[in-house]
Amino acid sequence: MKFGVVVFPGSTCEKDCYYALKETLKQQVRYIWHTETHISDIDCIVLPGGFSYGDYLRAGAISAQSPVMKEVKAFANDGNLVIGICNGFQILLESGLLPGAMGINRSLKFTCKMQRLVVENTDTPFTHTLKKGEILNIPIAHKEGNYYIPQEGLNKLRRNEQIVFRYYGENPNGSVDNIAGIVNESRNVFGLMPHPERAISPLLGSTDGIKVWKSVIEWKAGR
Amino acid sequence: MTLKAKDKERIVNLLGRKPTPTEEAMFDVMWSEHCSYRSSKKFLKLLPTKGNRVVQGPGENAGIVKLNEKWYLAMKMESHNHPSAVEPYQGAATGVGGIIRDILAMGARPVALMDSLWFGDYSEQKTQYYLNGVVSGIADYGNCIGVPVVGGEAVFLPPYRDNPLVNVMCIGIMQSEQMLKSAAKGEGNLVVLVGSKTGRDGIGGAAFASEELSDESEEKRPSVQVGDPFTEKLLIEACLEAASTKKVVAMQDLGAAGLTSSLSEMASKGNCGIEIELSRVPLREEGMKPEEIMISESQERMALIVKPEDYNEVKEIFERWGIDCTVIGKVTKERRFVIKSQNSIVADLDPKHLTESVPPYEGAIKRPNPKRVNVSFYNANKGIPELLKDPNFADKDYIYEQYDHMVGVNTVLPIGIGASLMRLKETETDIGISIAIAGENSSERAVKRAYRAIIASGAEPIAITDCLNFGNPEYPEIYGEFAYLVEELASTCKQLSVPVISGNVSFYNETNEEAIPPTVVVGMVGILHDIKDAKRPILKGRDNSIVAITIKDTKDELCAKEVILSSLDNIVSMGYNGRAGILLSLTKAAIKGDIGVIIVTSPIEDAAYWLEVKDIAKWKSTVNKKLRWSIIGKTTTDRYIQIKGQGQIDIGEKRNVEG
Repeated sequence: MKFGVVVFPGSTCEKDCYYALKETLKQQVRYIWHTETHISDIDCIVLPGGFSYGDYLRAGAISAQSPVMKEVKAFANDGNLVIGICNGFQILLESGLLPGAMGINRSLKFTCKMQRLVVENTDTPFTHTLKKGEILNIPIAHKEGNYYIPQEGLNKLRRNEQIVFRYYGENPNGSVDNIAGIVNESRNVFGLMPHPERAISPLLGSTDGIKVWKSVIEWKAGR
Repeated sequence: MTLKAKDKERIVNLLGRKPTPTEEAMFDVMWSEHCSYRSSKKFLKLLPTKGNRVVQGPGENAGIVKLNEKWYLAMKMESHNHPSAVEPYQGAATGVGGIIRDILAMGARPVALMDSLWFGDYSEQKTQYYLNGVVSGIADYGNCIGVPVVGGEAVFLPPYRDNPLVNVMCIGIMQSEQMLKSAAKGEGNLVVLVGSKTGRDGIGGAAFASEELSDESEEKRPSVQVGDPFTEKLLIEACLEAASTKKVVAMQDLGAAGLTSSLSEMASKGNCGIEIELSRVPLREEGMKPEEIMISESQERMALIVKPEDYNEVKEIFERWGIDCTVIGKVTKERRFVIKSQNSIVADLDPKHLTESVPPYEGAIKRPNPKRVNVSFYNANKGIPELLKDPNFADKDYIYEQYDHMVGVNTVLPIGIGASLMRLKETETDIGISIAIAGENSSERAVKRAYRAIIASGAEPIAITDCLNFGNPEYPEIYGEFAYLVEELASTCKQLSVPVISGNVSFYNETNEEAIPPTVVVGMVGILHDIKDAKRPILKGRDNSIVAITIKDTKDELCAKEVILSSLDNIVSMGYNGRAGILLSLTKAAIKGDIGVIIVTSPIEDAAYWLEVKDIAKWKSTVNKKLRWSIIGKTTTDRYIQIKGQGQIDIGEKRNVEG
């Protein structure tokens, strides 16, 4: 399977995603520059974490307008897999590929720590090998992860079972309904605040991130 | 202006004429204490700087040691005390930016930051103002550029109330053949300025850092630079990509004294000349005078020397990253620094007049008051339960969590306990590094604390960087403290055979004539040949023996090192005496490891390390007879810490910091 990791100006986690996919998961992977407009060799696009465009204006707002995002939208609309992690999730929200918006953490502070998550939905390419109710340890690192969606939208997310991960235990940022990760209605676009690329070794405190990546790889292999 | 009459006289003698306004401004910043080290140079020569692994000692932007044949590590620490005292957020943020560019200038990728922060009493409102400003300044800058802050220390003591200290250390790594230096070379080569546009911010910052603070210092806010971490991130990527093409002849960051210091140092080191035209420098505001352009400390700028035939290739890289790249002049043969503005010469002088001709300060020295340098100012005479809540000794997770300490997937978790460990994925080997930072009012205690932190992680110490924070050296007592503590630093490092490869001196840490206590901050790096051998101060097993090692002199210190590093297979976990004894370290180890422990001897004088030993019979039969050690207790199956004379502590109890 071949992954493409988009590099926006100010991305900081692109190398970590690349490393996890290439060295830990032994997959093919290449970087996609933010000005690329034709992507034909990729099975899954990863929008990495970081501070694209310095988070100026609003986290993810400027990146959502960059040339590559037109292509990412077309890629997603064709039913292909897209994962947005942290800043990548923010970009997916800003570009309209996922519903809702991000506010600043309730603590008003950047928070980086190991976080427990509960798997809410296993009927997605990103979680089909996990167990419903399973607890994962995957780190978070953000200042704007306070996910918000109005009640009507939240009802829809629940009804369609689009909520994939919830924070388990203390909610670290104040997100509505403890939401940590969601998919779109057709379940091929996944946005999450936690960083699965960081949970790939006991030295890093957890290997649970591997489970998420493996799920994607196995889903593709089963097609 | 800070130049004294005597200096002005010497400048006229050197030039054989009166300096131009631009030259005078350049001398003013270059001969300031901050840039010239005129008070400290002769003492710093005492420090041991050589060793098997040392590739570059003091004198460049950062020191460099060899990790293995293929990989080098760059290391440097710097203070940003004055700017942080006046504007904590920007002061601390630009401190991070500056130290990162020092590492970058060597061609290395910054992979870790650590900080040593000193504030007033924790319960004071002013302390909370500084703490919040400094920590969020470091966090917002470091997080945005994707360089993890992997640990550090925060100290709360009354003398630092109005003069907080912000010392930041950066570690970088590079492949050996990518190492760059700052000496300009090659007549006709281009002088290229990359990064942000130049504005009026930070003008006179170096001179400002060479004066005491007072109530009027708030007015010096314009002397504090303003950071743009987004540009820094792009600058890092573009500079490293340019360096990887081998088309960069030399690289230097623009820090204190801006263009003046970078270019005069590049020319001095290359023993050549540089000629620049100021109208080519991209400016942020109109009507800047030549001297303002020359001493502006606008952030996120670097200077490069590039051959004319390679320029297009280099420029293309910077343009792709959206970074300004401008030729502002060329390298010349004769050792002259010529500055033109609209084709008319505004400065023309030997660059070494700026970098080397400063007369050393020959002030009076008075031997220090032993109380200020010999007696630890940490009050650890409290019971363990109180220490756990004391802001100086309590866990600092509330600080570390604000830093993206995991980015780069190199940081071994958890952080904030013992030395910080990193396995370096970039090297594609199992090699790891252990990093410690320790500040004390004694060089010996600072070095030994960092040293023991490294040893207790199972690593071999390989290099030191330091940051020496003092008051006004024009007072004989303070100059005496400085001389004494540099001598002590030199002798301690020699005894332990750890070279000092870079460092920084910060004088004039005084507010309203009240000087801070002398504060020596040491950063140390150790090497782990296999990261899997690393030890943490976190208890792991049940019914293991707890051994204490006591140290009275250097012989004991070296013996302990040898024994520990050769017994790693039998040591499950270990810790060291931080500032409050091994029992506090053991207590934290029990809490983090969720393992009970019972200690039967207490107190333990001169104890430097505790070890959780798996096979005590094997330990007894193999241990070096010269080592002073004793069994002080064992790990248990319950969740209590029982220390003789301290009662019982419940591991699960929640603790808040109480100021």
